[in-house]
Amino acid sequence: MRYLEAGKRHRVRFALNGRAVEGEAEPRLLLSDFLRQHLGAFGTHVGCEHGSCGACTVRLDGKAVRSCLLYAVQIDGKAVATVEGLAKPDGLNPLQAALRKHHGLQCGFCTPGILMSLSQLRDEEPNADEARIRDVLSGHICRCTGYHGIVQAALDVFGKD
Amino acid sequence: MKPAAFDYARPDNLDEALALLADRGAGARICAGGQSLGAMMNMRLATPDILIDIAGLQELKAIAIMDGVLEVGAAVTQDELWRWPELADRQPLLAQMLPWIGHYQTRQRGTVCGSLAHADPSSELPLALALLAGDVVLRSQRGRRVVGAGDFQTGMMATAVAADEMIVAARFPLAQPGSTSAFHEVAQRHGDFAIVAVAAVGNENGVRLGVGGVADVPGVIDLTWPVADTTLNDFAWALGGADDQHATARYRRQLVRRIGKRVIEEVSDALS
Amino acid sequence: MQRVEDPTLLRGLARFADDLPTPPHACHAAFLRSPIAHGEIRAMDTATAEAMPGVLAVITGVEMQAHSMSFITGVKVDAPQYALAIDRVRYVGEPVAMVLAQDRYLAEDALDAIVVDYQPLTPVIDPVVAAGAAALILHPGAGSNVLHDRTFRYGDPAAAFASAAHTVEATYRYPRNSCTPIECFCVIADFDPGSESFEIMANFQGPYTLHTIMARALRVPGNRLRLKTPPHSGGSYGVKQAVFPYVVALGVGARIAGRPVKWLEDRLEHLTAATSSTNRVTTLKAALDEGGRILALDYDQLEDCGAFLRAPEPATLYRMHGNMTGAYAIDNLAIHNRVVVTNKTPTGLMRGFGGPQIYFPLERLLDKAAANLGLDPLELRRRNLVPAEAMPHRTAPGALLDSGDYARSVDRAVQEGGLAELKACRDAARAEGRLFGIGYAVVVEPSISNMGYITTLLSPEQRARAGPKNGALATATVAFDPSGAISVAVSSVPQGQGHRTVLAQVVADVFGMDPLEVAVFTEHDTGKDPWTIASGNYSSRFAGAVAGATHTAALRLRERLTLIAAADLNVPPEQVRYGDGRIFAQGNPDNSLPLGRSAAKAHWSPLSIPEGAGAGLRETAFWNMPELAEPDEGDRINSSGAYGFIFDFCGVEVDPDTFAVRIDKYVTMHDAGRLLNPMLANGQIRGGFAQGLGAALLEELAYDPDGGFQTGTLADYLAPTVMEIPELTILHDQSPSPFTPLGAKGLGEGNCMSTPVCIANAVSDALGRELRTLPLTRSRLAELMLGEEPPSTLSSTDPVPGTLTKGGDGHALQGQGSTIVPASPDEVWSILLDEGKLAAVIPGCHVLSMTGENTYRADVTLGVGPVKGRFVATVGLRDLDPPHALRLIGSAAGPLGTSQGEGLVSLFETPEGTRVEYSYTVRISGKVAAVGGRMIDGAARALINQFFKRLVSQSGGARAEEVDGAATTLLARLLSWLGLAK
Repeated sequence: MRYLEAGKRHRVRFALNGRAVEGEAEPRLLLSDFLRQHLGAFGTHVGCEHGSCGACTVRLDGKAVRSCLLYAVQIDGKAVATVEGLAKPDGLNPLQAALRKHHGLQCGFCTPGILMSLSQLRDEEPNADEARIRDVLSGHICRCTGYHGIVQAALDVFGKD
Repeated sequence: MKPAAFDYARPDNLDEALALLADRGAGARICAGGQSLGAMMNMRLATPDILIDIAGLQELKAIAIMDGVLEVGAAVTQDELWRWPELADRQPLLAQMLPWIGHYQTRQRGTVCGSLAHADPSSELPLALALLAGDVVLRSQRGRRVVGAGDFQTGMMATAVAADEMIVAARFPLAQPGSTSAFHEVAQRHGDFAIVAVAAVGNENGVRLGVGGVADVPGVIDLTWPVADTTLNDFAWALGGADDQHATARYRRQLVRRIGKRVIEEVSDALS
Repeated sequence: MQRVEDPTLLRGLARFADDLPTPPHACHAAFLRSPIAHGEIRAMDTATAEAMPGVLAVITGVEMQAHSMSFITGVKVDAPQYALAIDRVRYVGEPVAMVLAQDRYLAEDALDAIVVDYQPLTPVIDPVVAAGAAALILHPGAGSNVLHDRTFRYGDPAAAFASAAHTVEATYRYPRNSCTPIECFCVIADFDPGSESFEIMANFQGPYTLHTIMARALRVPGNRLRLKTPPHSGGSYGVKQAVFPYVVALGVGARIAGRPVKWLEDRLEHLTAATSSTNRVTTLKAALDEGGRILALDYDQLEDCGAFLRAPEPATLYRMHGNMTGAYAIDNLAIHNRVVVTNKTPTGLMRGFGGPQIYFPLERLLDKAAANLGLDPLELRRRNLVPAEAMPHRTAPGALLDSGDYARSVDRAVQEGGLAELKACRDAARAEGRLFGIGYAVVVEPSISNMGYITTLLSPEQRARAGPKNGALATATVAFDPSGAISVAVSSVPQGQGHRTVLAQVVADVFGMDPLEVAVFTEHDTGKDPWTIASGNYSSRFAGAVAGATHTAALRLRERLTLIAAADLNVPPEQVRYGDGRIFAQGNPDNSLPLGRSAAKAHWSPLSIPEGAGAGLRETAFWNMPELAEPDEGDRINSSGAYGFIFDFCGVEVDPDTFAVRIDKYVTMHDAGRLLNPMLANGQIRGGFAQGLGAALLEELAYDPDGGFQTGTLADYLAPTVMEIPELTILHDQSPSPFTPLGAKGLGEGNCMSTPVCIANAVSDALGRELRTLPLTRSRLAELMLGEEPPSTLSSTDPVPGTLTKGGDGHALQGQGSTIVPASPDEVWSILLDEGKLAAVIPGCHVLSMTGENTYRADVTLGVGPVKGRFVATVGLRDLDPPHALRLIGSAAGPLGTSQGEGLVSLFETPEGTRVEYSYTVRISGKVAAVGGRMIDGAARALINQFFKRLVSQSGGARAEEVDGAATTLLARLLSWLGLAK
């Protein structure tokens, strides 16, 4: 059994976007804070800290989840993917490029979370239809775009395989 | 909005978890998905001394069918159950209801049993358990007991789980041949807590109707064909309901009458 | 053209405020906030908090007052306001103390240890009540809750009403809502005692009028408050204007702590206490002639600005002043404006600012007028539109509507948007008995606010004494660096709209180059960058003013570059041409140079450039609008520089069972002058539409009548998701503004003005009912439509025991019930009167001590399920009638909130023992009410059940735990009682 005492920092080792990283966290440290403040991975944004807005969504062992509802100590030994890992050195990935093409972002604050949800969906259900895409996107609040460009971008990318 | 300090334990097996529970009792909370508990802890509405993380316990990961019952382990997420290939055939009502729980992202972390333990009166899974007359399997160092849905949820966010106990599995009876089910939920937005959720299972003899979101616990009633409007109205009144900022009690009762009727008609149409 | 902003944002590499480096010695702030709407702070104990690990300081209102000055406002009243409450709290969420600690977690730990003793005062919530003579006065020095009261007359409205064939009147209430950016407020403050100066980073958006107010509050001249904004902002929609009190709070914190202080607002804080739109009660009257021409309007507006008039308020009330006649030619206008304070969060900038508060009543009333006259609502509107030939048109209250052909825009939208088909759809649906309706909205969307519009609230004499305020000064800087590359800097403080893309385009067009080669900088530093009092991101001033100023600066720079290039190309300046990144001679493209070559010369060889070109190619332009004069003696004000036109129509269907509103079709026609970038323009329209739809159907910052705030989470404050936003048909007309450099007008706010009322008009048409407030939630529509509720056939007329109803005043939780206790009334009585036994009966009681006759103080842990909190409770037993009846009064306070309650307990002897009948009233406020509204009723009920179970247990019945475990649920009991149980 792993028993981690409150108020003390404990070693956490995990894979961040495919690279082994480690840090120290007390049990109550939120994964979102760990990524942003301890590891400098500030591409993951925090919007509500109660699981409603979706801005902090990351992929934990492939699954899109809220990083504000996870503790850093829970990801020991696991794989976390964040927005910083999406683009290739030579350019944006297809989802990113489609969001740009369809004006699917304005302030861009909610965008990293949306990208992580859509990236899982694309990996698992590349032919997802509009209803499924909307169901997945409904876990994200965007206050700028009215969602139109986001849906158009997804429709541009899904169903092409 | 940061949680208060807590000890964190990740037991390697169920026995370790139960030993910790026996030792720490009321100050401990079991955490599987943490999708409700985590939010409450961030707001410091909940401040447990110790969090016992059972998400990784393989012995709680099973989805199995035994003796006509679908048993779902305490570490099975809502999404895993939804993706289980046999679900739509064996218990179509659950297949209908699961996509209504929260969102894609929370269903991939939130567990079936965690939702039952949280016992939110508006949640889908407590309603499913009550309607299907399922059971909850509890374990402690003292032993194991099986609690029926009717005795499990004792009030708003209150259950029969004792301080040294934890849910290890939920059991949903399988759909019976010749029966059919229907589900409808009214919420302000997709994915919100239900204002009213209505589910029904019926066969040629009658229909069993369940309502979440009105009373403190899901309300269930067995009805025979044909179902009279007055019966639904009496049921709505019996559920009572309270006003909150999202809906008045009267609107909730009206939804019981109207959506209840819709759902019953759906069942009746499917049977004929 | 794709946005230049996007690649950085999409890679997760953008630097938002919370991503900026924090100095290593910085500490973190957290705010303790009032759980109650109104009360005196009798005492505050911070000693425990100050002694906690990692805590550097706990700053209270007393210290805040010692280190800062009250925020000034445009209305001169004695109602001081500081960044922390001093001796009185006036809204739920008002900051009362600031903890500085090593990290945010530790800071929040300390918040829980601060004990504040509040003496509750009567909350003043409804603006109409607040304005009445009987209301408790929030700011005693002001002498009234009405802080501003003025009337205006344009033309002769009295005569118009007297002679009108028809008059129509109604009262409307616009609710509180917020655009809730997903990024909350963030401030990092530092103070240098050596120079007595502050350096503060905040995701502030302007207006920079507030810089003056912040500097004054911090007691430094403007040049000692260096305010910086980050490179990226996670949305604002006006909201981030309201970070300014926290800039001051953190500045004072840094001064006291002697080190930098950082604060990141969380979502609960944001929803509870950041800011809000104003809620407004408007009684609007219209006078019409036989033909449906509007002769006069008469507005009576009661504006609720919350607990403090916080700058720039009461600007919401005056932003639209010049265009209060909407898109219509109306000669006579009366306005009565009052501003009232109530125990709610102070209001501020919000996308649409002042627009929805005007257009909701105006466009609702026109539907009512049309119905009265038997006219089609669109036809009535058409008959009153300002005609194209009248442009530019001076409205009665002074706006100079700059351009547009409103009738043509309406006609085009009707044609291209398919109104005829929509009407056919409505007819078909109605024939089937469905609830289908069509709504219209016609809106004038002002942009580029006149810095003098707020002074309209002063009398002409007061204005004369204060001196004129006018204009809308914009600035931009365009420069070539020594490599010949071009950069642009502006003080527009964008919040996601794509300013960098548009400015790159504007400058690239001037120099005939690729926009991607233009670098645009939008982070701002008041210490080093040009800015003006009008700088910032508000009043849709970017396209008209900032892009125009940039264009002007670029043209000036090009003039100078042309002189240099002419010498290099050996041609006269008038023959110099720009294109494809090069400078060439007219008619001889081979005689050319790369653009940067001549530009670099200004740096490398200033002695070699022609006279008149000037050394250093950097131009800062200041642009102003001569049309934006101060109010005249007749109170006429051209409140904005440009006025766009919007015509919306939509079809909706209401579900007769759930009262869900489905938008069948929505068409929005915009004429915002010349479109600088159609993709970005449509993005603005779609975003505004989504927020307008939210305001129409879902969003409200809700308070109970006691001022308890009810929507503290994003599961309670309901912003639309992708599932709620329907398809939108966008149409454009382009009537260039004659007054802005590029002919462009603002367009990002319009749908926040038009969409709420357009949807309301359609829903009203569908239901055949008047709608006087928003949002049109399902429950609200149900309450409007449902008749008498059918009674239960099984129950008597008695209320169902144990159920909760809202009390007569509509807010407190009330309930009643009874239970059998296996003991005689005397024994039960003795338990209630025995200190030790009472302690065992009160749920979660740790310590109970008597503080007076029949009065106790208890330390209790209360909660349901995993939700638990420690409270200090007082319990008093009153009106003792042994052993028959008594009254319990009590209150509880703790980090989760406060409650006050009262219960009546009666004891009746029965064969089984004693029947205890009880009824209670509970009021709950603070965090638990803000985030757990859905659960409060059930939680209160559960606690009361616990109390009686323990009473049973104390009386010799089963042990409380057994009672808990074996309890049949309330519902099961009810069902069984009704004969319905399974």
